Amino acid sequence: MALTQADVLAGIKEIVEEIAGIPAASIELEKNFTEDLEVDSLSMVEVVVECENRFGVKIPDEKVTELATVGDAVNFIVEAAK
Amino acid sequence: MSQRRVVVTGLGATTPLGGDVESTWKAILAGQSGVRLLTEDWRELLPVHFAARVAREPADQMERVEMRKLDRSEQFAVIASREAWKDADAPDGIDKERLGVVIASGIGGVITLLDQFDVLKEKGARSVSPYTVPMLMPNGPAAHVGLELQAKAGVHTPVSACASGAEAIGYALEMIRNNRADIVVSGGVEAAIHQLPMAGFAAMKALSTRNDNPAKASRPYDIDRDGFVLGEGGGVLILEEYEHAKARGAKIYCEISGQGLSSDGYHIAAPDPDGSGVQRAIKFALANAGLSAKDIFHLNAHATSTPAGDVAEANALRKALGNEADHVAVSATKSMTGHLLGGAGAIESVFIVKALQDRLAPPTINIENLDPAVTVDVVRDKPRSLPAGDIAALNDSFGFGGHNVVLVFNTIS
Repeated sequence: MALTQADVLAGIKEIVEEIAGIPAASIELEKNFTEDLEVDSLSMVEVVVECENRFGVKIPDEKVTELATVGDAVNFIVEAAK
Repeated sequence: MSQRRVVVTGLGATTPLGGDVESTWKAILAGQSGVRLLTEDWRELLPVHFAARVAREPADQMERVEMRKLDRSEQFAVIASREAWKDADAPDGIDKERLGVVIASGIGGVITLLDQFDVLKEKGARSVSPYTVPMLMPNGPAAHVGLELQAKAGVHTPVSACASGAEAIGYALEMIRNNRADIVVSGGVEAAIHQLPMAGFAAMKALSTRNDNPAKASRPYDIDRDGFVLGEGGGVLILEEYEHAKARGAKIYCEISGQGLSSDGYHIAAPDPDGSGVQRAIKFALANAGLSAKDIFHLNAHATSTPAGDVAEANALRKALGNEADHVAVSATKSMTGHLLGGAGAIESVFIVKALQDRLAPPTINIENLDPAVTVDVVRDKPRSLPAGDIAALNDSFGFGGHNVVLVFNTIS
């Protein structure tokens, strides 16, 4: 099932708020996970696993380091779910 | 150079009787029991259906996102340390390289370990929390408190089963005496109310099985005692170098003037009936404090309500203190809190500090028929006044493995 950008962004907002306590309203496509949102490295692992479970995709470990911003993650997940 | 003196300037606790020191101490003086039936279904798998859970859940005292990265034992440490730090008037101006943390746990993050093993079996390795290791490591409680306060003089975790909390406070005393630190946040915590550790203690026949009356199950010194009651929670004391405390105008509760350590070399779990290890620890503690048995007017006993342990300890006290034991008001507060394992020596040290402050030895509840083999003066049912003037008190803690720790506190005029 194809996922839209909006679906994935909404899901990521929920996941990041749940795991790292960052208000969904401040989570935007251009925000960097570590620098802007201050998600620490261990919480990021949880975010990735939760995204995999929620969206039914695989996010390889070597890819994770390339997903610097929320937008990078959204685009990767939308593509991977096609 | 004369020895650096160490005083207590802050207290914190979360216990089966209250979410802080004040509510806990009030319940202690009122002789209340914190022991209750467990509500979990798994209790039916065990011969023991009750325990002493904390009176106030961490969820009432912490943010959700912070909680999920902390084992329950770490939550207790952070909660009690925040209270103690605030009680010490938050000396945030201290040079962080002169600030230490020594907080113990007997078992560490055992609930995390077991829960994450369930996750591994049910969902696979990728679903295991990346916080598993920092949550299960026994130094986790100390590490989290150290991180929060930015303590840089050293963060330590001595482990000696049920003596761990007392050993941590003794270690903190030495850190300040040895001029490694001016303030040390010290104490012990435990969070092990889970079916596996309870099944393990039950297999040793160490736990009371008085399922028909949990509030009466922890009964140190009573002739019908049948084992200890597992409790959870923790206590924290802010130890501070005396001149440092005076210079900042800190409220000073009392002095911690000595510790005595020994080991039995007898059995992995049973107490040495001869009690020679305990006697040596008491003698070392008094010598270390520069005091003698005539100065001691109160003792918070280890007394867990096991048939062998309570009498072995009482005999050792009588032998170590001799006739001077006649003026020592002995309290067994585990009759109310249950046994907090690595947290026990810490909350009982908090109780000693409060007893010296209020000049009141707390009661021992549930003694319906005093065991005639107990030859010390036990404070029963109601608090007892302690004399005016300069007095000292002892805290006994012993752990599986034959570890003996005795701490000495005294009033300061």
